[in-house]
Parts: sequence; C-alpha cells; structure tokens
Amino acid sequence: MKALQFRRNLPRYAAARLAGSLTPGGGAGVGPLRLADLEPPAPPGPDWVRVLPRLSGICGSDLATIDGRSARYFEPLVSFPFVPGHEVVGDREDGTRVVLEPVLGCVSRNLAPTCRSCADGRLGNCEHTTFGDLEPGIQTGSCHDTGGGWATAFSAHSSQLHPVDDALDDEAAVMVEPTACAVHAALLADIPDDAVVTVLGSGTLGLLTIAAARAFAAPRTIVATAKYPTQRRLAAELGADLVVGPGEVRRAVRRAAGTRAVSTSGDDGAVDRLSGGADVVVDCVGSSASLTDALAVTRPRGRIVLVGMPGSVSLELTPLWHREVELVGAYTYGTETLPDGTTARTFDLATGLVQEAGLGRLVSATYPLSRYREALEHAAAAGPRGAVKVAFDLRGEKERERLMEGTP
Amino acid sequence: MSNGHLAPRPGFVLDVDRTSPPIVFHHGEGFRLEKLPADRSRVIYPAEPLEGLADPDGAIQHALHNPLGDSEPLPALLRPGMKLTIAFDDISLPLPPMRRPDIRQRIIETVLDQAAEAGVDDVHLIAALAIHRRMTEDELRHAVGDRVYDAFAPSGRLYNHDAEDPDGMVVLGQTPHGEDVQFSRRAAESDLVVYVNINLVSMDGGHKSTATGLSGYTGLRHHHNVHTMHNSKSFMDRENSALHASNWRMGKVIRDAGVKIFQIETTVNNNTFGREGPMAMLQKREWEWSAKDRAAFLGMQQGLKLLPTSAKRKAFSSWLAPYELTSVQAGEVEAVHEVTTANVYRQHLVPVEGQTDVLTMGLPYICPYNVNSIMNPILVMCLGLGYFFNLYRGRPLVREGGVVIMGHPTPWEFHPVHHPSYIDFFEQVLADTTDPAEIEKKWEKQFAEDEWYIHLYRTSYAYHGVHPFYMWYWGAHAMQHVGRVMIVGGDTAAVRRMGFQPASTLQDALEMATDVVGPQPTITHLKNPPILMADVT
Repeated sequence: MKALQFRRNLPRYAAARLAGSLTPGGGAGVGPLRLADLEPPAPPGPDWVRVLPRLSGICGSDLATIDGRSARYFEPLVSFPFVPGHEVVGDREDGTRVVLEPVLGCVSRNLAPTCRSCADGRLGNCEHTTFGDLEPGIQTGSCHDTGGGWATAFSAHSSQLHPVDDALDDEAAVMVEPTACAVHAALLADIPDDAVVTVLGSGTLGLLTIAAARAFAAPRTIVATAKYPTQRRLAAELGADLVVGPGEVRRAVRRAAGTRAVSTSGDDGAVDRLSGGADVVVDCVGSSASLTDALAVTRPRGRIVLVGMPGSVSLELTPLWHREVELVGAYTYGTETLPDGTTARTFDLATGLVQEAGLGRLVSATYPLSRYREALEHAAAAGPRGAVKVAFDLRGEKERERLMEGTP
Repeated sequence: MSNGHLAPRPGFVLDVDRTSPPIVFHHGEGFRLEKLPADRSRVIYPAEPLEGLADPDGAIQHALHNPLGDSEPLPALLRPGMKLTIAFDDISLPLPPMRRPDIRQRIIETVLDQAAEAGVDDVHLIAALAIHRRMTEDELRHAVGDRVYDAFAPSGRLYNHDAEDPDGMVVLGQTPHGEDVQFSRRAAESDLVVYVNINLVSMDGGHKSTATGLSGYTGLRHHHNVHTMHNSKSFMDRENSALHASNWRMGKVIRDAGVKIFQIETTVNNNTFGREGPMAMLQKREWEWSAKDRAAFLGMQQGLKLLPTSAKRKAFSSWLAPYELTSVQAGEVEAVHEVTTANVYRQHLVPVEGQTDVLTMGLPYICPYNVNSIMNPILVMCLGLGYFFNLYRGRPLVREGGVVIMGHPTPWEFHPVHHPSYIDFFEQVLADTTDPAEIEKKWEKQFAEDEWYIHLYRTSYAYHGVHPFYMWYWGAHAMQHVGRVMIVGGDTAAVRRMGFQPASTLQDALEMATDVVGPQPTITHLKNPPILMADVT
C-alpha cells in the first residue's frame, strides 16, 4: 500500500525543524516523512478491521510533527515508524462508509478492566495509552501497529468506527473528527447563558469552536480573532459577533464585556489588560502570545480553555493567581454531559453539527498522496492562502481499488 | 482703520495651463508639489487676509456697549447678586491655535471687568466642549489668559463642561420635532449666559454655540446623525443646513425656558501662516513666490525629510497662527450671527463657476479634533469629506458621482488618551461596515453608553465614546454624493479599512479616477488652508 511514513531519524528531524522554521510545512521535504510502499498493517486483534481512507485531513498537530515542533512530551506516547492521519472518512472492506474516532483507549488496547476514564466514556483521558496489546500511541496516526489515515489502508478497532449517513458527503464527514474536538471544548468551557466568549484564532479549530459554542451554549457575544479575510468571513458566518485582528482583541473584549481597562503604560485609554473581561476564553492557538492575551481578557474567576496544542510557552501567571482564573485543557472527545444533564457521544453531536452548520465547506483543497509536500505546505499556510482544511484525497488511488478488490 | 497692508485680493480661480507652476498641496506634517494637467484643471485660491482691526479691545468694548438685535448692552444686563456664566469655544477653535492673546482672553477679560464693575461675584467660566475632550490647564491658560485662569480655576469657577455629569445636566424641553434639548444646569440656572465665539468658519456660532457646546449625547443625537448630514447641503451654509435648523429649534427652546444669552461672535482673517516668517509662502500664490520663499520652502522640505513623525508633529503643533480680529459683534444670538456670517463670507467666499469631475485636496496636519494630538485616519476622513467637501455654497464642487482625491499620510495611528473610542471604532466598526447609516443603527448606542469611555471623557482627556461616529457622519453627505474617494500617500491598510482607494501618487490617482469619471476629466483643486469656501454656481 502507499503510505506517508514518519520514521525516527534525528538528523532529519533537525532538518525538518530548521526547514519548518523558515517555511511552514517545509519539514515535509527534508524531514523524517517519506512516501513509501508498505505492507498494510496486520490487524492487531480479532475486533480489528481494515479501513481504506477516502479523505484524510491534515491537522495542526500533524504539521507540528512534520515541522519538528512537537513537544518532547509526546515521545513516549508514540511508536515509530508511524503513518500519520487521524481525521479520516473511509470504507470498511464490507463497503460501509465510516469516520474514525482515532483515540486508542483501553478497549482498543484489549485492556480489562478499563481505566476509570475509559469506563466513564472519556476516551481522550485514557490512562493506559502506552499499555496493552498495542505499541504506544495516543491515537491512530501515532501508533506503529495501527497505521494511519495518510495511506491507502490502515487498521481500526471496530469501536473506533462510526458509520456515516448518506446525507453526509466525504468532505463533511472528514470534518467530524475536528468538529468533535471543538464540541468537546465548547462543552468543557461550561459557557454560562448570556456570557461573553472569546475565541482566539480562527483556523479550523477556532472556526469549529465558534460553531460549537453557538450550537451548544447561549452566549450573548462571541468575539473571535482572525488574521485573514477568509477566516474573518467564516468566523462571522459561523456565529462570531465581532471578529478582530489578534492585536485588537483586548480592546474588543473590553467593549463587548462592558468592562474597564488597566493601562500599564500610564496612558489613560490604553488597554493592556481588563478590569473585568470575558467569561470564557477558548484559546485555539496555544502560543505564549495567545495565552497572554487570554489571561489579559478573562474576567476574575473566568475560564480559559486551551484547545490549541501549546508546546513550551513562556507566560506571566500572576493574573491567573490574582484573578483566580481557571486554565483547563481540552483534548479530543468521548462522552459529553449536556447542559440538560443528558449524555451523548461527542462524535454523534459533532456529526449533527457538521450537517446543520454545513461544515464540509471548510474543506478548501485536497491532494493525492503523491503531492504530499504541496499539500503540507498548503495546510501550513492555509490562512494566508485563504484555506481552512486541507486533506489528502485517496479516492482516486489505484492502490485503493486493488485493496478494495482484495487482490494482492 | 488699517494695519497698513496693501488691499487684500479676493479669492481666485486659476485655470491651469502649461506655464502654471507646480501647486503646493498640504500633506499632513509636510507638503507635496503637484503638477496638475493643463487645460482641464483649475485651482481655487483663498482670499488674502483681510485687514485686521487696528484696535481689537476698542472693538470689543464697542460691541458690548452696542449690541445687535433685541438686547440691552452688556453692562445693563449685569447686576449684583446675579448668577453669570461665561461659556467659551474650546480647543477646536481656532485652527491652528492663535498667538497670545487669544481672542477669548481679550473678550473674557473685558466681560469680567464689566461684571466686576457691576458687582457680580457669582461667575463661572465653562469651556463649552460638548463631548470633545477636556482642555488641559495649559490649553485653558492659552485660551483665557493666566490672569483669568489664576483667578477662577483654583476655586473651581473655571472648568470644562461635563456632558456626562448626571447632576450637572438638565433637559429644558423638546422642540416641535421631538428633539430633547439637553443643557448645562449651571448655564440653565444662570441669570445670564455670555457666550464667547471664535467663528473660524461659517458653520460656527449662532444657536449652535450653546445648543451644541453646552449639551450632551441626549441632545446632540438629534442633529449629529446621518439623516441630518444627508440633508445639510452644506453644513457650512446655515440656510441649507439641517444641522443648523435643529440647533435653531433648540435655541428657541432654550430661550423659551428663560435662559438669557448674550452672544459674542468674532471673526478672524486668513493670516494663518503669517505675512512674514518661515511659513509665509503657504499663503502666497506659487508664481508669486520670491527667491526667499522658494529657498524657505525647499529648506523646510529637506528638514522635514530628516525628522521622525513625532518630531514633525511637535514642530507643526507648535505653530501659532497670527490671526487678526476682523469683526466682533454682540447681543441677541440670531442678529449677531447674521452679521458674523457675512463677515466670515467676506473672507472665505470665492465664486466658482460649475462643478468638476475630480476634486483634489491636500489635507494639512490639523483638524478641529487633533490639536496637540494625532491626526488619525478617521479624522483624515472627517477633515476631507466632512469639512473640506462641505466648504461650499450652492452646489458641491464635485459633481454627483465624481471623485474626491485627498492627500495625507493617513497613518494607522491613534492617540490613546485623546481618542480611545476611535481606536475601537476603527478596529471593530469599520471592519464590519463603512456605511454611515448602518454604523449608526448597529453600533452608535453601545459606544455612546460605554461606561469606560464615559469615565475617560469625564476624568481624563478623551473624546466621548460616540465622537468617532459623529466624525464618520460628518462625511456622510460626501460619501453619498461622490463615486469614489481616493487617498494619495496614505497608509494602504488604513485607507482600505475606510473603504477608500489608496494611490501612491496624484498622477496614479488621476489615472484611476478615469475608471469612474471617464477620460480627460475636469479637475479642481481646493487650495485650503488658508480657508476658502466655494460659492458654486
């Protein structure tokens, strides 16, 4: 099968880091990623099936890996070599169209009894991601044994697969996984009615979080930051009341929250931080700058939800302490408790949101695997190039047809 | 009485031909020399400065003792035990600020002398700034003089109007049009209000002095709005200005509420840059420049090139105009204002035949709202499309669907202390829409009632939260009338944010203008300042 494989290769990793720092996505050309002809991964157990991807998205975390920007935190949580790709719509060999819920929890690792998190349906919080029958890997796409979506085939545990209704085309279906992340974040934010919510960043996750906050909460105002015109337009379409540049967020939140400002420069009228602020800030960037903004605009006892993968950041935490602000992470999904007390699988909620909000339109471009360098560069520069989600399109791969027919 | 100068020449329209020299365009804290296309361009030059009154103090005394209209002389209106309020124009007048002694000082000192003679001891002096920023101590001292400042400010009897003081404002009633007339409580409760004007342009003065200057958002919103601006053609021409009609209605309510106003209006000449000195060439016609003028201009241009923006700003801000008083009249508001307007027109009106396809203007470093401050993009728009565009009587200088080309650096820069709500307006409102009517409907109220802006207006030196909206509305008539607006030499992003088209050079702009008005358009340059008003037939 044809696959993009990421190997452990420190010199290439260093080269990717350098290239990625010069040109976003540049790590694809010089780093440990290669297009290879591999044997399809053998199913690790009896409940595992082969999946043939149709579309497989490129995520921000994938780009961080490709460009050598991933935190070392992940080193023990992955197994090399691996095939990336966890935002997948594909076909089971029986022809059933499915989306992948990529988290590899206790069930897929054949661990019994399961950990507390998995028992509660919080797969993203699984405590056994390096144990069981599988090599380490927090998700499909970082585990050697399963393969990943950037290939013409990979293995999935049947519990990971959600059949897709015909009403959802492939472009919409490939958005279900990132949408589930956003739904989880929006629900974890516990947005009070009539709240002022700030969403930092209008990349894929930021846009989806805006849509999720609108769908699953009743905020009065959503202020979003966006750098580029397409992001601005989509943020407004998906429910942001006010879309401003990243450098303008403090003033915008001040006005939306009807609060006063604190000036550290001594100039009355300057807005360095707010006296009150937003009830909830969802940081979909995860940089030192965005977290600093988040702390500057969150009201006392407000909540910051960190959705963007942060890596190492430098941060003044005094406001967190002084204003008793909560900082919580939001990683993947599982089972959600809704405001009315009922529970639902995040993927089910996400599937509904994708359909209702027409989120398939966020897929801006697709590439065959053979043009992976272009694809990754496009994804890394999605904002300035007017794109949101870039995905690999495997529907035309001859290899896939052969695998579907079951011929060697 | 004369100061001994040659008789001043009236304004003048130059038809540009191949022998015409390049024209000096103001360009913020600098200048550009522009060559206009021959045989289809014209330049409107302001009149030379009228003679100043040889004895300003004598003229002031005369006006106070010989009031116009239904009014007794000022001394007859003053009596012991009365409550007297003297309100005066704020930092927005004149432009640039004038050399000492400021006219306000001369008049206020005279009024106070007469009040003292009459035994009046309850006197308050109020800078009638409506929702402009408060004046600093230095600015107040400059306007009223040190003697007055030291006598009244320390005891709290000289202060800035506070339109957001819940105890300090009162609604006197409504006009027949349902307009709330909001007014300073101190002024309303006074036995006499003396208002001291500097009528720099024909928009200034009349009932607008008090009905606007001593009012607040509750009152202002009835005439500082898009509908009024669309129906003020122009707001420099009182007879055809909905803005003034509303103020006149309010003036009647004020009068009927028993508020007695003694109006003092003054006019100054066009001696903005001096007959002599480093800027004198700016009020001369280019072909009449002496070798000394040319050398001074070139020297100034070279010097400005070397200076950073902040230094240029400081240098220009330090310029004090040697304005001379050309008239002073006092008494009943409307009778006074009629004479004042005639005196303003005597200096400013320039007859112009026919409209133009393209109107060009070089915008200077100053407008009413950036004295000792920064000319931010919204103020650039307001100066060009608000003030300059409306400096007409009869018909706009540019035809309907024509093009306005303004020259200014238009930096994406704001004074955080003076213009905090402007920053938010620019970043948040103009990113949403540039349509004045939509802006008014969707955004105005939330800015006007923003508690932080109100706090800064009252306690710091900030324009009121709603002020940038009024600036935007000031350009509404022009935006409705013209087909395209271009800014030459401006910050591209800032120009685009306002919905205008940026151009690097005037030649580029003229080329692009042909997309709107066709090839070989007629061009008119409004050479201002010194100030002129086109009387377009």
